Amino acid sequence: METEIIAMYAFSIIHMFVGFALAPLMIGIVNRTKAVFAGRTGQPFLQPYYDMVKLLRKGAVYSRTTSWIFRAAPVVGLACAVAALAIVPFGNAPGLLSFEGDLVFFAYVLGLWRFFLVIAALDTGSAFEGMGASREVQFSAMAEPVLFVGLATVATLTGSLSLSDMIAGLSLPLAEIVLVAAALFVVFLCENARIPFDDPNTHLELTMIHEVMVLDYSGPDLGFVLYSAALKFWVLGALIIGITVPLDEGLPVWASCGYAFLGMVMLALLTGIVESVMARVRLLRVPQLLAAAGALAICALIFSMR
Amino acid sequence: MSPTAGLLLFRNCLAMDSQGIPCVGIETFRQCIIDSVKDGGRLCALFYVPEQVIGSPRIIGIVAQDEAGSLGVISAEPGMTFPALTPGCQQAHWFEREIHEQYGVVPEGHPWLKPIRFVNGSDTIGVTDFFKIEGSEVHEVAVGPVHAGIIEPGHFRFQCHGENVYHLEISLGYQHRGVEKAMLAFPEKRRLHYMETLAGDTTVGHATAYAHICEALAQGGFTPPRAMALRGIALELERLANHTGDLGALAGDVGFLPTASFCGRIRGDFLNMTALFCGNRFGRGMVVPGGTGYDADRERLEELLLRLGRAEKDVLGAVELLWETPSVMSRFENTGKLALQTCIDLGIVGPAARASGLHRDVRSDFPSDIYRFNHVPVSALESGDVFARAFIRRLEIQQSIKFIREQAQSLPGNGVKKEIGNPGKGLFVVAMVEGWRGEICHAAFTGSGGELSHYKIIDPSFHNWIGLSLAMRGQQISDFPLCNKSFNLSYCGHDL
Repeated sequence: METEIIAMYAFSIIHMFVGFALAPLMIGIVNRTKAVFAGRTGQPFLQPYYDMVKLLRKGAVYSRTTSWIFRAAPVVGLACAVAALAIVPFGNAPGLLSFEGDLVFFAYVLGLWRFFLVIAALDTGSAFEGMGASREVQFSAMAEPVLFVGLATVATLTGSLSLSDMIAGLSLPLAEIVLVAAALFVVFLCENARIPFDDPNTHLELTMIHEVMVLDYSGPDLGFVLYSAALKFWVLGALIIGITVPLDEGLPVWASCGYAFLGMVMLALLTGIVESVMARVRLLRVPQLLAAAGALAICALIFSMR
Repeated sequence: MSPTAGLLLFRNCLAMDSQGIPCVGIETFRQCIIDSVKDGGRLCALFYVPEQVIGSPRIIGIVAQDEAGSLGVISAEPGMTFPALTPGCQQAHWFEREIHEQYGVVPEGHPWLKPIRFVNGSDTIGVTDFFKIEGSEVHEVAVGPVHAGIIEPGHFRFQCHGENVYHLEISLGYQHRGVEKAMLAFPEKRRLHYMETLAGDTTVGHATAYAHICEALAQGGFTPPRAMALRGIALELERLANHTGDLGALAGDVGFLPTASFCGRIRGDFLNMTALFCGNRFGRGMVVPGGTGYDADRERLEELLLRLGRAEKDVLGAVELLWETPSVMSRFENTGKLALQTCIDLGIVGPAARASGLHRDVRSDFPSDIYRFNHVPVSALESGDVFARAFIRRLEIQQSIKFIREQAQSLPGNGVKKEIGNPGKGLFVVAMVEGWRGEICHAAFTGSGGELSHYKIIDPSFHNWIGLSLAMRGQQISDFPLCNKSFNLSYCGHDL
């Protein structure tokens, strides 16, 4: 028994490193999928890594109007990303720091991260970044409840408040799970600044949400921001995969991790496909989209309390 | 009273004696233009010519009655100050700012005489008073002159309340090179190059207008029919390349990748078709005074038709995809509406005017060259939004392809260039061409020795920038790039 628990934790630690290593690859897969749809060859799968390595080797430029907040935000962001990664289970391996009630911790680690990103954007005093910050706060204020209601549904179904136990306790595909997964996928696209919410490739500063907030970062700071964003993609993705891909508890941990990884790749492909086949919605319609996701999550919660 | 009373009527691309331009009192001049514009006219040009051009310093107004197909000219001696036309005729507002900036003549009663190009030594470019809305909840967003994309420089100021735009002010002039002055100051051989580089995407359009001016001034009769047809093909290829590029860019702005990438490639195909004739993708050297610089042999025409057929299939498919995607259509519809009345009041031209329901197209209203013999139907829509401006482009792509095909299949006889003689003395001529962006208007005077004594260029962007500004009112600031792209105006064409 003890050896099994040790093995579990070993896999949790391994998952941390796998996440660190493979998160940018997911971004590469999304970009490559989009390229295929657009009839282009596209960038190498490893391009996000090359970009980050390049950025880490560069110097940073800081605006004279910024304070320590601006410099602290990328570090806080990365720390939050690591903390979130330590909570999320992957395959049958529980989160490294899993504890009862960690789903609240998980949501607010993401909140803290966003808070620092927003105040750092405001710190620059730029009109664009102010606009981006205001949009980010508006939309995340609507995305966060969806995440909570979705997780609450899973918690009700399994009677647990720890992400790892919740996901491990889920069994058959239920109607609730389908609704929760749909709602969380919308949150996933919104939080990761993907189309239809935001266009990660746009150069149009007036239309951006997430990208415009990090316009002033350069060099290693930008590298941190990009890497944290990749980790966020991984963490939220792992959550969705955990909920939607039910794994037999008897499965060896390594095999379950393999399935989960396949699931991540599929999710990245799906994201790329969504980005290719539709346009961004008008900013005014973003709250409607999130409200629809919220409605799905609430329905799921009601069903789960039957 | 007839809408053209007081104006001397003349024809597009036909020279007249410059002394024949009626010179009236400034009040009569003002009233005549205001009345004529109220009666459905449009101010094509309003400019000042210094004393040496026609004997006295004059302000010259050219009014087009699009439906009647008539052009009229009138002039007056304004002195150093004159009563501004703008309060009675909004279309004059930008022209009067230009006159004030260039010659120091003051149009009294003009609401705000700010520089438009910052050409005077005392001006620092971009430094001027901007319209400002007061209030603690109003914020200002300044964009440019350096932009995030690889585009030309221009400065935009938004007065916003949250995401809503109350007012957009556009300040240009960063690309001013002094083309009008260079036309007079430098040897004749260089003039064509100035025209071809006036606005790089409208090379054929401006070169054609200039060629018309030269031919009209030489009064040597018709251009060879084969050259006319080839010029028409080049002009329509330019329209095709730009409209295709614009539709792709519109798709890119809403994050719709497939059309964005396909149209980017197909635009290149159209540019290469232009290069097939003259070796230059933008059509430099294709149109020259007296005809065209290059002839097209049978193989070339066959190759053109072959490529055109392929590109037609590709472009129509890529564009169809836009219309089949609901998320794209929901972004285009009701975004950046420009009301019909606003278009009429401001004298908007080109696809932007046609998208708001104005049947305004130089190719059918004031046809010259090949368009006198081959009619191109005018595409117009009512809604005036980004959707309509995109749809106009889609329709015009189809018509241009049809036009090119007809011309290439029945190219008339031999000879593409005729030597034109020396320009006549004391002449005045106006040449208007429907470039892909709208009406290109060039006006020229010759002096007593037949030398060019004044040259005035009005790019369609000159009329339309204000239209973009008004289309943004009450819109979301995040929709600006989309609106901007749907107009796709030229910075250098405006700045000259």
